[in-house]
Amino acid sequence: MTITELMPFSVLVPLIASLVCALLPGRFWPWAVTLAAAIASAIIAALTLPAAAQTTLSYAFGNWPPPIGIEYRVDAANAFVALLVAGMAAITLPWAKKSVDKEVPERQGTFYALFLLALAGLLGITLSGDAFNIFVFLEISSLATYGLIAYGSDRRALLASFRYLIMGTVGATFLLIGIGFLYVMTGTLNLHDLSERLPEVRDTSTVRAALAFIIVGMGLKLAMLPLHLWLPNAYTYAPSFVTVFLAGTATKVALYVMLRFVFTVFAPDWSFVVLPLSTVLMILGVAGMFAGSWVAMFQPNIKRMLAYSSVAQVGYMVLGVSLVSVVGLTAAFLHLFNHALMKAALFMAVGTVIYQVGSARIEQFRGLGRTMPWTLTAFALAGLSIIGVPLTAGFISKWYLIQAALDQGQWVLVALILITSLMAIIYIWRVIEAAWFKQREPDQQAVGEAPLTLLIPTWVLVALNFYFGIDTRLTVGGATAAAEALLSGGLLP
Amino acid sequence: MIDNDILRIVARFLIPLIMLFGLYIQFHGEYSPGGGFQAGVVFAAGWILFALIYGLDAALRVVPERAMYILMVAGVMLYCAVGVAGVMLGGHFLDFYPLLPGEHAAQQFGIITVEFGIGVTVATVVMLFFTLFARRKSQWEAAEVEDDQP
Amino acid sequence: MMTALSFFNYWVVVILMMIGFYCVIARGNMVKKIMGLNLFQTSVFILFISAGKIVGGSTPILREGVEVYSNPLPHVLILTAIVVGIATTAVGLALAVRINEAYGSIEDDYIAEEEDGDGQ
Repeated sequence: MTITELMPFSVLVPLIASLVCALLPGRFWPWAVTLAAAIASAIIAALTLPAAAQTTLSYAFGNWPPPIGIEYRVDAANAFVALLVAGMAAITLPWAKKSVDKEVPERQGTFYALFLLALAGLLGITLSGDAFNIFVFLEISSLATYGLIAYGSDRRALLASFRYLIMGTVGATFLLIGIGFLYVMTGTLNLHDLSERLPEVRDTSTVRAALAFIIVGMGLKLAMLPLHLWLPNAYTYAPSFVTVFLAGTATKVALYVMLRFVFTVFAPDWSFVVLPLSTVLMILGVAGMFAGSWVAMFQPNIKRMLAYSSVAQVGYMVLGVSLVSVVGLTAAFLHLFNHALMKAALFMAVGTVIYQVGSARIEQFRGLGRTMPWTLTAFALAGLSIIGVPLTAGFISKWYLIQAALDQGQWVLVALILITSLMAIIYIWRVIEAAWFKQREPDQQAVGEAPLTLLIPTWVLVALNFYFGIDTRLTVGGATAAAEALLSGGLLP
Repeated sequence: MIDNDILRIVARFLIPLIMLFGLYIQFHGEYSPGGGFQAGVVFAAGWILFALIYGLDAALRVVPERAMYILMVAGVMLYCAVGVAGVMLGGHFLDFYPLLPGEHAAQQFGIITVEFGIGVTVATVVMLFFTLFARRKSQWEAAEVEDDQP
Repeated sequence: MMTALSFFNYWVVVILMMIGFYCVIARGNMVKKIMGLNLFQTSVFILFISAGKIVGGSTPILREGVEVYSNPLPHVLILTAIVVGIATTAVGLALAVRINEAYGSIEDDYIAEEEDGDGQ
């Protein structure tokens, strides 16, 4: 079996495992099957990356030759994102067992089945080379995500899920309209075929409208600043494990789809000229960085604070894209990868606190630095990464972002990036201050350190944050290859 | 609504026809408009009509909820099994040619099996939608009654 | 006038889409929001289907004496999109039922007051 023939199984394994999970009773077996499927998927994705970096892989479903049949077409950009998604699932699942047992005591078979569907959907989006297929996988993962969010124990989780459903469906339908316009103009849905046929017809208002619809639709899924309203509530009230996984993957995959359309389907020398895309994305990115960081500084709920911080981090990625250079796109892909690592570590630390204390409000963090030193140290170290302290993964992506801005002589952007990093210090510091410099109130229950099954995965992610801050061969190499693949038109054989 | 003669007799006449039509769409799908999605929905509509007339409990005795869950999964499993069988026999996923000797026989066998899996899943999923929503209401009403009688 | 009329299918799509979108944004009732969403999606289905129609074309079934037939691909795509739409509606309605059980209402204004009571 060659790697090309193995590649689609990174989507099929979670899909088939979700069917098994839906029927499994109890608490252990659904989790075990999910973990096995996620690890298998991650291994396949890891094997795909080196092969895809050298040459574009293509797998035709049912042996119908593309562009008539549906194909999976994988280059460095897809493989990088797919490895991130599958890897995050495999790393966070060992942590999930205890947390999910506490927060979702019943019907875990369905819970894990939904999780696997979301995973399969996200991987399907990244690997597929067919525009309509991307829409279907997007809806599979989104519908599973709405269900997962509604599992949250607070009744506001239902509202968060419903509002996400409304906005997410509008976003996905916008993508469908865009794809429809492209199909009407070219008669094809294959991304590679689209990129070849579009230049003949692209100076029409239909194609321009398609570009606008796709950007707005994906902006909704990506939580780009004015379209981010669903994100804070969804992240706050979802079960901790769902938040960890979504924060690491869902918005990243949406960003990938947007990049794939803007750079591969519409060539960047057209899409950045016909619309003032560079200016718009730059303004929205900077506004997202500021608004997200600013609101995060005043949140009493730490989960919500980190959710707003996610809006800010999406801003960094969008800013990297708006610079339209190899370094800028590399910075976007690097931040996409590194942000998944650091935000998952932070949410896992907060989830561990929720497991012990029962709430993520800032008052509950008082004095925890002494009673739960390992958990809170993990939070502080992952916080260093989000601030961008040297030797952490966060520093690497910000370093590349600043370089990309300097290449174009944008000194103002450099200053803005530094200012928002200072804002990150403030909101991370609030937690550290509460944990180490305040005493626990007498009426608050005293808690001990969290169990090792929660601590070890958290520390593994924290360690990864530092590892990828020092040894950058995989991340920078992968991100540069991904950026070059997109800028060279991508998907080319 | 079982007390209403007109409804009961019309339903008795219609339900077999609806189900037969569902099966026709299912198994004639490779030559004429049709296929698993439509067939599943039409078939489930017959069952829902039965549930509306004779009550949910009687309908659940025909197809128990547990059976719906299992069939729902089994349908997708059948689809995936045909797909994986293509890989096992040396082709790609959902490649029908290696399944049987002879091009037409292989394609026909493949598409009918896949569509049958889709049909079973769609029918049971639509039945489950109905069951879950309808039962929610009866639970809710039961809770109301308990509130009235402290 | 002729050109405006010859694109009447797109006018229908635009009008339906705007009605649906308005419902999603302006209505406070969650079931009405879902209805608006359905209308919005349906307009996109019509966009696809009407784009696949060829004037004078027959149904895309292989038989004697038929040369011109409509494009079958949009129908297949929209069949999938309809299934996605059904799933979305089912999830949305299920959430509305659960919200009604948790809050006693599915009106946005009422729930917003309740939500303030829940605190942050």
